[in-house]
Amino acid sequence: MLNRLMFRASNERDVTVTRMKSVAFAAGMIASLMGATALAQDFTPAIVFDMGGKFDKSFNEAAYAGAERFKKETGIAYREFEITNENQREQALNNLARRGVSVIVSVGFAQQSAVEKVAPQYPNVKFVIIDSVVNAPNAQSIIFKEEEGSFLVGALAALASKTGKVGFIGGMDIPLIRAFGCGYAQGAKYINPKADYIANMTGTTPTAWRDPAKGSELAISQFDRGVDVVFAAAGGTGIGVMQAAKDKGKLAVGVDSNQNHVQPGTVLTSMLKRVDNAVYNTFSDAKKGTWKPGTISLGLKENGVDWALDDNNRKLVTADMEKKIKEIRAEIVAGKIKVIDYRANNNTCPIS
Amino acid sequence: MDMLVSMLDATFRVATPLVLAGLAGLFSERAGVVDIGLEGKMLAAAFAGGAVAFIAADPWLGLLAAMLTALGLSMVHAFACVTHNGNQMVSGMAINIVAAGITPTLASAWFHEGGRTPILPTEGRFRPIDLPLAETLQDVPILGRLYSDVISGHTAPVYLTALIVPLVAYILYKTRFGLRLRAVGDNPHAVDTAGVSVARTRYLALACNGVLCGMAGGYLSIAQSSGFLQDMTAGKGYLALAALIFGKWKPWPTLFACLLFAFTDALQVRLQGVPLPIIGEVSVQFIQAVPYILTVLLLAGFVGKAVAPKAIGLPYVKSR
Repeated sequence: MLNRLMFRASNERDVTVTRMKSVAFAAGMIASLMGATALAQDFTPAIVFDMGGKFDKSFNEAAYAGAERFKKETGIAYREFEITNENQREQALNNLARRGVSVIVSVGFAQQSAVEKVAPQYPNVKFVIIDSVVNAPNAQSIIFKEEEGSFLVGALAALASKTGKVGFIGGMDIPLIRAFGCGYAQGAKYINPKADYIANMTGTTPTAWRDPAKGSELAISQFDRGVDVVFAAAGGTGIGVMQAAKDKGKLAVGVDSNQNHVQPGTVLTSMLKRVDNAVYNTFSDAKKGTWKPGTISLGLKENGVDWALDDNNRKLVTADMEKKIKEIRAEIVAGKIKVIDYRANNNTCPIS
Repeated sequence: MDMLVSMLDATFRVATPLVLAGLAGLFSERAGVVDIGLEGKMLAAAFAGGAVAFIAADPWLGLLAAMLTALGLSMVHAFACVTHNGNQMVSGMAINIVAAGITPTLASAWFHEGGRTPILPTEGRFRPIDLPLAETLQDVPILGRLYSDVISGHTAPVYLTALIVPLVAYILYKTRFGLRLRAVGDNPHAVDTAGVSVARTRYLALACNGVLCGMAGGYLSIAQSSGFLQDMTAGKGYLALAALIFGKWKPWPTLFACLLFAFTDALQVRLQGVPLPIIGEVSVQFIQAVPYILTVLLLAGFVGKAVAPKAIGLPYVKSR
């Protein structure tokens, strides 16, 4: 009995000690956190993924890969947030900024308005928006020269096409997507000036990004008109396009991330946007202190866009085709071929 | 000719989910239960179909799962609206919201592909079926071409749907259940007086509704595309509801309304970016509005008054 009492007493004392310890620990934490915000010595990057989540096998996942690479190489952990509904965008940015992170990368143009609103409230936090432009003294906008990457895949499409007709299927009808189509058309015409270019847009509302059934219908309608290579810049709708291409024995071209694996053997190539590089670079710059606000435009030269060649499409791309595309790539990088940007060209394309 | 053939071919593919969902709505609404939840049920079914077809690598199992899922949601609707006399709009809307939220969440949790199910392998999808003699008849002018290129080469659910339409018309107009169902939608008190359970009839109607709606959703993810994608129904449930009203809550006119919607959709796809005679190239936005403009014109001009079942939307209470 006495033993038990003593045991209990000691036990209670232990609890008190632990409690005191944890209080002290918490106080220390708070102090260090406050220090971090005040001195900004502790470097904490953060990333906000947009709808679709970080494992969307596309844009967000590429951003995630870039952040992971940074974490692996530097050992610096990053904070993250996955948007699951549209109202969370501002909240997420606010929360992260208030907790004193150093740099916040917002993935996707849909977050533009949230960044525009939140950035001025936290002048000491660095904001980065990918795929859109925000003008603020503490905001960096990373955009891609989609037209250059699209030019390459357009050239490859024209090389692979037997009918001389190449198709394009866009998601929502916005200038960004038109820029993809325009670059693609320029590439196709560069290889084959007589190439026919047929373009369709899925819709004019955000549902256009998620309508694979419509994508497959659009692709089939283009195949019926003689198209045999189709480039889909349409988010999830593109899955339907690639499926239709496989069903009908035609070729498709993927977008954003490497989608060659989606339907191996019928995806000719993918137009890559190296979001991973962009995220990695901006984190590194922020860490080194070389981070600058303003707009950064990444093209072929900066390895911001590219085309994908891997085991899945190796058989579709002959050595001659590969050589030709590499030549064109080098010429664009050297500035010998000028690819016209639909957006910079008053929203018109030289090729219709 | 080529363009017309390709358009008619597309019409059948696009119309199938609309027809199935429209007929699903017909069962429910003719029995007096408003079903605004078609969209959500289709979506949930599309998810279940895509998930099961992927795991089992069997389209029929996927379709079965889709039908069971929609059936379950229909029973929830029935429980709320028939057993508990709840507001039918609210219950339907709740189904839509729940389905829109839970499907990408479950897909993310189970498959880790950002709110969609993995792309189905070939054996997990419905494949086009070539009808007998399609090859041989191909050279017969017009009719042979129509047979081989428009009628042949669709997936199993498309042909099933073609059989379901007359079946639904038969059930509705020639069977005792059909008579009771229509009566329950127009005058439930009379049915009750005749000693038939209103609740039971409405439950049965909603069961038929669930099965058909599940087929519609399953078709989307297993036959038309390969796998489920967040919000992939893209308003088809509401469109089917519109077709149902357009078709005056009758099976054959509903079928034609769906075919018309699908045809204008196919037309819209093929008109995009094609210069038209005289007016030249028309902007995408206008072309995409064509189906809806046509609907408004037809509704206003040709269809006449659409009279809804009299007791629609009213919970049945024996005496007040």
